[in-house]
Formats: sequence, C-alpha cells, structure tokens
Amino acid sequence: MIKAVKLCKRFADKEVLSGIDLEINPGMIFGLLGPSGAGKTTLIKIITGQLVFESGEVKVLGKNVSELTGEDKKQIGIMMDNHGMYERMSCIDNLKIFADIYGVPYSKTVEALNAVGLAGSAKKPAMKLSKGMRARLQLARVLMISPKLLFLDEPTSGLDPVTMKYIHKLILDQKANGCTVFLTTHNMEEAAELCDEVALLNEGKIIERAAPDKVCRKYNHRKRIKIHLTTGEDIELEHDQKAGESIMKLMSDGRIETIHSSEPDLETVFIELTGRKLENAEEAEYA
Amino acid sequence: MHNTLVIIKKQLKDTLKNKTVLIQFLLFPMLTLIFEHAISIPDMPELFFTKLFSVMYMGMAPLTAAAAIISEEKEKNTLRVLMMANVKPWEYLSGVGIYVWMICMAGAGVMSTSLPASDIPFYLGVMAVGFLISIAAGACVGIFAPNQMVSTSMVMPVMLVLSFAPMLAMFNDKIEKAAGIFYTQQIRLLLNNMTFDGIKPECFVTVAVNAALAVILFFAAFRKKGLE
Repeated sequence: MIKAVKLCKRFADKEVLSGIDLEINPGMIFGLLGPSGAGKTTLIKIITGQLVFESGEVKVLGKNVSELTGEDKKQIGIMMDNHGMYERMSCIDNLKIFADIYGVPYSKTVEALNAVGLAGSAKKPAMKLSKGMRARLQLARVLMISPKLLFLDEPTSGLDPVTMKYIHKLILDQKANGCTVFLTTHNMEEAAELCDEVALLNEGKIIERAAPDKVCRKYNHRKRIKIHLTTGEDIELEHDQKAGESIMKLMSDGRIETIHSSEPDLETVFIELTGRKLENAEEAEYA
Repeated sequence: MHNTLVIIKKQLKDTLKNKTVLIQFLLFPMLTLIFEHAISIPDMPELFFTKLFSVMYMGMAPLTAAAAIISEEKEKNTLRVLMMANVKPWEYLSGVGIYVWMICMAGAGVMSTSLPASDIPFYLGVMAVGFLISIAAGACVGIFAPNQMVSTSMVMPVMLVLSFAPMLAMFNDKIEKAAGIFYTQQIRLLLNNMTFDGIKPECFVTVAVNAALAVILFFAAFRKKGLE
C-alpha cells in the first residue's frame, strides 16, 4: 500500500528525514511514533504528495507519489492536525462541500455525521464546536469518502479520554472495513492499543520497527516479575525456575494481590533508544 | 470546471454568513439607491451618486472581497484541505474570481436601476471590465498575504487610492492628473459620458496597462507563493 525506500528530505541545512525505509501492507494500522520535531508530519506530507523530497522513492497505491491521479487521490483520506474547516458553515455544509468535490452522494454526509456522533449537531456552525467535536467532524470529512488509505496526523492530540476512545473505535472500524491506516502520534498508549505495527522515528531516522508487543518484548532487559502482596509489600523476582516456585507458593498461600511482568511499554523503549543515541552522539563528539 | 462550480457554490452559501464581505458587496449599491432617491441638490450633475459610487464600488468591493476570501482560506488552512482533495489552484482561484465578479455584477445591476435603460449595457460592460481588474489585484494580495490581518494591511492603501482618487480628482486638477494613471479614474470618465465617443485613446491604454499590470502581478505572486 505504501513503500518508501531510502527517503531523504532536508530543509535548508538540516536533514529532517535520513534514509527512511518503510513498507506498509494493506489493511493494517501503522503507527509512526516520535516526539515533536522528529519528522512525522514531514514524512506524512511527503507520502501524501504535499512535499517534494530530495532522494529516495515513495510509492502509494502501487504508484510513485508524483504520479498519483485525481482518481487515486479520491481513495486517500487525510486528516492533518492543523487542517481547518469552514467556521461559519454548519457541520453538514462543511461535509457537503467535500461530498461535491469527491462526487459522493449527500446521504454519505449524514452517515458520516452519525458515525462520528455529530448527527445532533449537523446544523451547528463549525465555530461553535468543541475541540473534540471538531476532531470528529474532521474525521467525518475523511471517512465520508470511504478511503482505501487513511492518514491521521495526531488524531487525538489534546482530546479528552472519552473523545479519544470514540476516535479509536472509529479507526478500528475503518480497519475492519479493510482500510489501511497510517497514524502518527506521540501517544505511545494509543499506538500500543491501535497499531499492528509501529515505527519509532527520532531525528529523521527510524530507530525501531515491529509490532508494539514485539518491540516491548525485545527491550525487556530486566526480565523481572513484580508482585504486590496482600500485606501491601512489593517484591520483584527474576525470570527463572526459582521464581516460579516462589510464585506457586505465594499463590497457594493466597498472598498475591497483583502480578505483573516487567516488560517496558513503548514509551520506555523510546526513551531507552533515544537516550542511547544521545549518549553515542556525545561519545562521538568527545572521542 | 466541476471543482470551480463547487467553489462558487461554497462561496454563495457563505455569503450571507460572512458579514465582512457581505457589507462590501451591499454598501455601495444601497448607498446609491438611498442617495439617488433622497438627495437632490440644484446644479448637481445627473446621476452623480450612481457614477461616483460605482467607481468606488469597483475599487473597493472586488479587491477586498477577493483578498479576504483567499487569505482567510490560507489562514484557516481550509485551502490546504481543498488542494489535498485534488482541487487545482486555478480551479480555486477561478471559482473565487467568478463568484466575486458575479456578486459585484449583481450589485452593479442594482446600481444601474437609476440609469436610463439605453445606458445600462454600456454601464454594465464597463463595470465588468473594472471588476475583473480589481479581482486580479485582490487575488494578488490574497495570494501574497499569509493571513487576513496582513491582507487587510496590504489591501487598504491600494483600495483607498483606487476608490478615492477619482472622487478627489473632481475637486483638484493636480489630483486629477495623478489619478489619470489608475483604471478607476478612466472608468469614471467613461461613466460620465456613458459612451466611447470622444474618449481619448489614452483612456483605453491606461485601462489596458492597469489590467496587464494586475494580471502580471497576479501570476508573479502565484509563481512566488503558490497557494501555500
């Protein structure tokens, strides 16, 4: 669905993307994770044809990105963080403009508003919507065209947990309908919950790429088990046979309140990876 | 062409809600109707207010409306959404241009109701050309300005010169000479006579040069800034 090979992009003297290799298969939710300024939005803009790049190759829907036709673009939904809407117009009129452009029947606009839970606000001007409602309206605008490929740039940034959950459900519904989703976020929990595969982007380079749980397992250096006892005491055990026997005993005595393995979450992995990189850079500088 | 029609439709829907632009469209046609019917001064030239306000309308409304619409879309990032929906820049710009031109022509139609029926085709023809030049100039500002505030700052002096110079030219010979380089002043002369007969060739040359300049500046601005 999307393929990038040795993709490089620079702004003036600064290289913002350095040799990005990427392959995203149809029907998956792919998460591009990284802190602000890592190059996530730049990469999404290149893949969607909004920015030109210096070297490398980018293919979308099997074609070079520069060769995408109007019909191809109609299969791609893009929701960027900073995309606006017509403030004075109602939600339904905002959608109708794009229904006209994409040649989608108006019935789809109503369906889309229903899907994002904005049917009751259809006549409300966009300027009167809350931030969460605006995000849902933006999502309705892209969902309305039933895209094959959906780009979501920080779709839940700054939203309350309830709206966030709602949007997660909509994204998973799209996946269930066979849509490929390219998601950028700096919310690692969101990525772990939604994505089939994640890539960690830092300073223009992909530093790790795999399924979220695989990434977490890979960086589970400590391999310890944390147990909270009914007495309130916390203990940590190694991953070995002896620990197994201890756990069995604690369980049979009914003394275990909670038990957790200690594999890191994506955020911990990211900090570990970027921290190492910074250390290496410092070492290189002083070497 | 399909997307151009969508843009026109969108703008028409927005017209009644966008009070800033709506006032620009309605102000002079309404003032003309009121003044022509309410004020009568002895020795005042015939249809004085219609002719004066028509030129001011031409210098103000299309210029500010085109600049405001384009710069607002840039500021609110809706233009980017349109571009990503595969609306081509020329489709967008022609949609905005045709919309502004149509509304201004409707305004001119209202203003022409005071004129004798035989003068109306000439009046509307001349106004149509003037509106086109003003729209090109306004689009040029809209393309160049990153947001509405900058657009207003840029458009204000241009608008004041184009719309007030012909009025001030009536009271001062020096200003009349200086104002002669602007198409609005030449169009005021045409509207005064309501005929091409007896008009100096310089009038047509000035209007043509103004039009060429507006178009060149428009393309230069578009080439330099695009619709980003």
